[in-house]
Amino acid sequence: MLSLESITKTTQDWLLAKFNPTIALAMECAIVILLAITLFAILGLVLVLLERKVAARIQIRLGPNRVGPGGIFQTAADTLKLIMKEGLTPDTADKFLFNLAPFVVMMVAMLLLAPIAFAKNFQIWDINIGVLYISSISSLSVIGILMAGWASNNKYSLLGAMRSGAQIVSYELSAGFAVLTIVVLTGSLQISEIVAAQQNGWWLFKGHIPVVIAFVLYIIAVTAETNRAPFDLAEAESELTAGFHTEYSGMKFALFFLAEYINIFIVCAIGATLFLGGWMPLHIGHWEGFNHIMDYIPSSVWFMGKTFFLIFIIMWFRWTFPRLRVDQLLNLEWKYLLPISLFNLLLVTVIAIMGWYF
Amino acid sequence: MYNQTDIIKDTTNLGPEGELVVNMGPQHPATHGVLHLVVTLNGETIKKIEPHLGYIHRSIEKMCESLTYRQFIYVTSRMDYLSSHINNTACALLVEKGMQIEVPERAKFVRTILNELTRIASHELWIGAMAMDLGAFTPFFYAFREREMITDIMEDTCGARLTMNYIVPGGLMYDIHPEFQTKVKAFIKQFKEKVTEYEDLVTGNIIFQSRTKGVGVLSAEDAISYGCSGPVARASGVSCDIRKIAPYDAYDRVEFDEIIETEGDSFSRYLVRVKEMNQSIRIIEQLIDNIPEGEFVGKTKNVLKLNKGEFYQRVETARGELGVYIVSEGATTPHRIKFRSPGFSNLSVLDHIAKGSKIGDLMATMGTLDLVIPDIDR
Repeated sequence: MLSLESITKTTQDWLLAKFNPTIALAMECAIVILLAITLFAILGLVLVLLERKVAARIQIRLGPNRVGPGGIFQTAADTLKLIMKEGLTPDTADKFLFNLAPFVVMMVAMLLLAPIAFAKNFQIWDINIGVLYISSISSLSVIGILMAGWASNNKYSLLGAMRSGAQIVSYELSAGFAVLTIVVLTGSLQISEIVAAQQNGWWLFKGHIPVVIAFVLYIIAVTAETNRAPFDLAEAESELTAGFHTEYSGMKFALFFLAEYINIFIVCAIGATLFLGGWMPLHIGHWEGFNHIMDYIPSSVWFMGKTFFLIFIIMWFRWTFPRLRVDQLLNLEWKYLLPISLFNLLLVTVIAIMGWYF
Repeated sequence: MYNQTDIIKDTTNLGPEGELVVNMGPQHPATHGVLHLVVTLNGETIKKIEPHLGYIHRSIEKMCESLTYRQFIYVTSRMDYLSSHINNTACALLVEKGMQIEVPERAKFVRTILNELTRIASHELWIGAMAMDLGAFTPFFYAFREREMITDIMEDTCGARLTMNYIVPGGLMYDIHPEFQTKVKAFIKQFKEKVTEYEDLVTGNIIFQSRTKGVGVLSAEDAISYGCSGPVARASGVSCDIRKIAPYDAYDRVEFDEIIETEGDSFSRYLVRVKEMNQSIRIIEQLIDNIPEGEFVGKTKNVLKLNKGEFYQRVETARGELGVYIVSEGATTPHRIKFRSPGFSNLSVLDHIAKGSKIGDLMATMGTLDLVIPDIDR
């Protein structure tokens, strides 16, 4: 059966047969980098279009429908426009930091792609501390945003960046604790093992109440972490015009924009991996025939399907809720989500120690 | 006093005690027009708000003084462009009062219906724009779906969608469109079905409630002393509906409630407007089937001349009390004209009620004051 796993294996065998191992490794690295960048670009285009279509559907309108059939080339056209625009740097800005910031944000998003298992045995880097790696790298994105806000020398940008700093640092905690719930149950930080542990059923559907709570907490926390509505205070166009990227234009703005969507993809991919079984197909108990049919659907389709389902939910939030105020945002985290997630972690630890799980 | 360069120079430096001075507007997504607020911030907290006006000043009052009593009404459509029918009505009523023109019943009924449709259209736009200020985009499209039906009715009747110029001294410019009644009834049916949609989407939303409840509280005393009117004052418990106090056109023949809330916060201002839309529907329902047959415009002289003296007429626009004051020397043009616009007084209260709150609260407060900048500046 043709699968991503077999393609990678064939490629590796071919490279090893043709070249000596060092050159083969170097070429593999090059291929991976190329693929990651391609994935990045394609995801950006697809997600922006998806967002606009979802928004249009929710808002009783059609959305982009002029460029290409059903408007599918709209984002490509927009990207072309953004590339051709002048990348303005304000006179009073800190030029080095101003130009560096979008790349920092972008780089963080890219690094996060590494440990994600896109399909069965198809993963860039199956690091044994995968979950820890994700948590630590994702907190770096705030540096890029703070940098952008500070270097722009614009008051709206500064306010937006400060809000973003407070927000990401706070919601990281809840997201981290939610992820730890699964780590405690699985006993491993490695992504491949977490997926393998869901062979007999996805964590969310195994009937553990703490996992369901953790899932809800995770979705709320990552919505806040990616600066999405109703937690989009860092951008808050009605309050701060565009927040931290007010002064950015052209491709530098596009990088922020792209990074936002890639971040959404990544957090949803992680959510799908931890709670919805990653690339594992849906199996229902002893329905052998049903399970067998489900196995025929490629694992990459399962993974993408779950991820896009979560992405849809996060988009749905954005077009339904008003924005929270900054103090309400912090109250929600420190007074409600954090205590709940701490208690939830305690509960799940007790369950794990007593062996009350399956 | 400031001039423009002073403002810019001032705000590039930090104020005393590390205060941050931010120019919100004249180009800002939440000021809905060219309002310029100089906001002094301490972190996220607002210390002072100073509105600067004049970016869309067109000297409408002076223009009106050089136009005849038939002509000056059209200029007033451009003041509060969301209530242009109501502005026109105010001027027409004043001229009719000054010259004792008899207005046919048919015109009175149609004017009342159009005024109420205008009020609904204005509140629909407001509900969308305010939700957008709070970060929710979808209600805007829901509200515009129904507003579109009203603008279509207006287009049929007046030929315009925004600046109607349909109401003239003595009655109406033309008779109503043959399908006017059917279309209005279709709108009422649609509105009653769909209004629950935005109630579901906005009113009951916990984030919306937490953003607006207890935010920008205006006491009844302050509402009176700042001269607030319309939904802003009624949300603070002040009874000030001109349609009840001094009924004009056909308002004395219809039953409707004056909506009064007592909290005075942004949420009450929201509720007042939503309930007012339902009352407007009630008024239209009572009138739409009973439009009397007959003339649509009364007999007037070819050249209108007001007697020497002072005249005042007030009406209830979607934003509050609009007053027109004319000093006439007996000529064909007014000697002096003054509009008392509801938006100006409602804006003046902004600093008082938003001081000490967060930037996000400013948007909620400003949104629920329902400011239309050309109405404030004229």
